[in-house]
Amino acid sequence: MKKILTLSAGLVAIGMASPALAQEAAEVADPSANVAYIFNTLLFLIGGFLVMWMAAGFAMLEAGLVRSKNVSMQCLKNISLYSLAGIMFWVTGYNLMYTDVASWIGTFGPYGMQAVGEADVETGYSVASDWFFQMVFCATTASIVSGTIAERVKFWPFMIFVAVLTGFIYPITGSWEWGTGWLDQRGFSDFAGSTLVHSVGGWAALAGALIIGPRMGRYVNGKITVMPGSSIPLATLGTFILWLGWFGFNGASQLAMGTIADVSDVSKIFVNTNMAAAGGVVTAIVLTQLLYKKIDVTMALNGALAGLVSITAEPLAPSVPASILIGSIGGLIVVFAVPLLDKLKIDDVVGAIPVHLLAGIWGTLIVAWNTQSEVDGVTLSVGSQLGVQALGVVAIGAFTFAISAIVWTILKFTIGVRPSEEDELLGMDIAEVGVEAYPEFAKG
Amino acid sequence: MKFIIAIIKPFKLDDVRDALTEVGVAGMTVSEVKGFGRQKGQTEVYRGAEYTTNMVPKVKLEIACDSALAAQAVEAIQSAAGTESIGDGKIFVMELENAVRIRTGETGDTAI
Repeated sequence: MKKILTLSAGLVAIGMASPALAQEAAEVADPSANVAYIFNTLLFLIGGFLVMWMAAGFAMLEAGLVRSKNVSMQCLKNISLYSLAGIMFWVTGYNLMYTDVASWIGTFGPYGMQAVGEADVETGYSVASDWFFQMVFCATTASIVSGTIAERVKFWPFMIFVAVLTGFIYPITGSWEWGTGWLDQRGFSDFAGSTLVHSVGGWAALAGALIIGPRMGRYVNGKITVMPGSSIPLATLGTFILWLGWFGFNGASQLAMGTIADVSDVSKIFVNTNMAAAGGVVTAIVLTQLLYKKIDVTMALNGALAGLVSITAEPLAPSVPASILIGSIGGLIVVFAVPLLDKLKIDDVVGAIPVHLLAGIWGTLIVAWNTQSEVDGVTLSVGSQLGVQALGVVAIGAFTFAISAIVWTILKFTIGVRPSEEDELLGMDIAEVGVEAYPEFAKG
Repeated sequence: MKFIIAIIKPFKLDDVRDALTEVGVAGMTVSEVKGFGRQKGQTEVYRGAEYTTNMVPKVKLEIACDSALAAQAVEAIQSAAGTESIGDGKIFVMELENAVRIRTGETGDTAI
């Protein structure tokens, strides 16, 4: 603690040196408020760049699970969607989600970022750090969509969908809960976004998969054609990167690190987050061994992510065994839902629908077990909490699925979503990107 | 001159190479190939969906050698590549009309 106080005094001294800031610094006499401001901001920044790094995780996971003829396109889509999501979240996203939310929507327009040297200790953190942290969550939502509908969607229609998702759909449903809108007022609880981020991405992906259809030759004459991924090491690296990023995703969603209580809670969230992912993996490897006599590594990877999504709605309150159990059921959902989607002829290349949508729903509902919100001074019963959780799942799901389906349909009948059959067979790398991911053959 | 094509199990490559060097084969071309014969494929499961790997990975050797050496070379490959189980592979032997060493322009026996 001594070190922290010295740091704080030093920063105040630096503030004194600038005449514009001298007055503010003088007004802020309480050094503990400064310390809290600094640590809260630091939490947003560290959490934010960890979640930003999840974009790399998605890129590698997807690059590994698509066929080698579509790897360049998948990489291009991932870096492009991350960039566009950031811009759209500034243009309309943040204000729609957080500024003067009137029950179900905020205000329309770009976000006015803080000026140089501006710091309002009353907010408890730098508003730019908060904007950055919220922006990377928005980008995560879009990353989920690209994996499901990989290998069969042209670049520009995909980007138009990303703009609508990140600029409008995600911020509007987000405002209902995190913008303190109507769902929040009813006691709905989603700590880091099992529903707000993961299910929203999953619903948008499902709508896309249904309207766009499966990859050519995937389901023919009642038979499933297996299209194995191009690189298991890349998919594994991607999963580990996502797992690492998730400590920022869930940990920094505590939103405060300025007190001993907060920093302890952040630590507990790290533990629970890790345990849920571990539970998801162990369940997936045991189940695939029992069901298929061999252990499916891609299911183990999906199991980790399903465990992480499951614990995201409430990573603080559960005990360690409860976290392992919650994550394990996420892993179980993946092992059974992946073949089920194939039976329904829904082609989900990376398993994002089981991982993000179904485990997201599970994680949101099970919140009621460990957490009951207070509404108008009365704590909800487990049953009413479960009810309001289900209400949130259905409301956000219906809105996201409906708007996504409309946007995909408009794109399908205007500029077209799918490449020509010839381009799809050739692979998107040559057809649209012009750069092959692995061009080394016969070049010494 | 004879031209020998041998399809063998990938993990037998080093043994076969050693056996061929011992009988005096000076060079060969090796490629990774896939194919099927009596062994057919195997049924595997990927993400809960069964599929048959109808092409089995093999290694293909191509050897050009003096006619006098061919019988010994074939025997060396057969004994080194064998595991007495299905899928050990095949050896094909054919007449070789000519060979040219690109660097010197030598032809026939001296080129191999």
